[in-house]
Amino acid sequence: MLETVFFDLFAGLSVIAGMGVVLARNTMHSVMFLIFCFFNAAGLFFMLDAEFLGVIMILIYVGAVMVLFTFVVMMLEINTARLREGFLQYLPVGGLIAIVLMIEFIGAASSGVFTSGAMATAEHLPQQVNNTVEIGQILYTKYLLGFEIAAIVLLVALVGAVVLTLRTRKDAKYQKIAAQVNVRKEDRMRKVRM
Amino acid sequence: MIGLSDYLIVAAALFSLGVIGLFLNRKNVINILMCIELMLLAVNINMVAFSHYLNDLAGQIFVFFVLTVAASEVAVGLAILVAFYRTRRSVGTEDINSLQG
Repeated sequence: MLETVFFDLFAGLSVIAGMGVVLARNTMHSVMFLIFCFFNAAGLFFMLDAEFLGVIMILIYVGAVMVLFTFVVMMLEINTARLREGFLQYLPVGGLIAIVLMIEFIGAASSGVFTSGAMATAEHLPQQVNNTVEIGQILYTKYLLGFEIAAIVLLVALVGAVVLTLRTRKDAKYQKIAAQVNVRKEDRMRKVRM
Repeated sequence: MIGLSDYLIVAAALFSLGVIGLFLNRKNVINILMCIELMLLAVNINMVAFSHYLNDLAGQIFVFFVLTVAASEVAVGLAILVAFYRTRRSVGTEDINSLQG
């Protein structure tokens, strides 16, 4: 069945790309693997009838977040050899935690709670259902407060990122806009009688 | 027919990879941020899968919010990293000890 084939493709490739992110020697390769992982996750989203989120995933994650990562990795000169010293030092602890976590997750996922009843047989939505319209209708009514808080979070992050990276040069001459705005007519003009 | 548990297993694998990546790449801040992205992606897959199988759009709305927070976190995190790199010429976690913590 075609759907199963595509699920296996997207799921397998995303997990392989995730391993690439963790194991790649070069930070740039990690970024590229993560981009590939996001593309495959977007494919999974398309298979789950979440077309809008799949497109958003590609546009925002690949188009904005990962480009920011690429930009930073290329801008900074990183000595990867020194950063990879003791790469496998915590492998026993980390591997143990991750494997236990994964066994727990898989045990919970296949325990039968999620494989019975209506959750096991979800039909795909009919073609005339528009995912974008549905999300818009619910996002701007029921979740309006959350939407606005998300907007404020983005604004604060934007301002914060600018403030953190902005540096003023000491030797450059700047306009003092506050002083310019605060100037009064009396400061500059003097009436003289001829 | 692909069930909900298949998607949950994929998400579990991605999340575990993110966790193990945090341990392996603990010296490189950029790699740590990428591993956090991987874990957030796993959570997003979980929420979209539940949204589809329960036929409830709330899961997709929450993916939006997770996406927003992840984008802000990366923007601020990388800005801090760039500001730190200017002073110490390094992005290693062992060099981040100015506060003697």
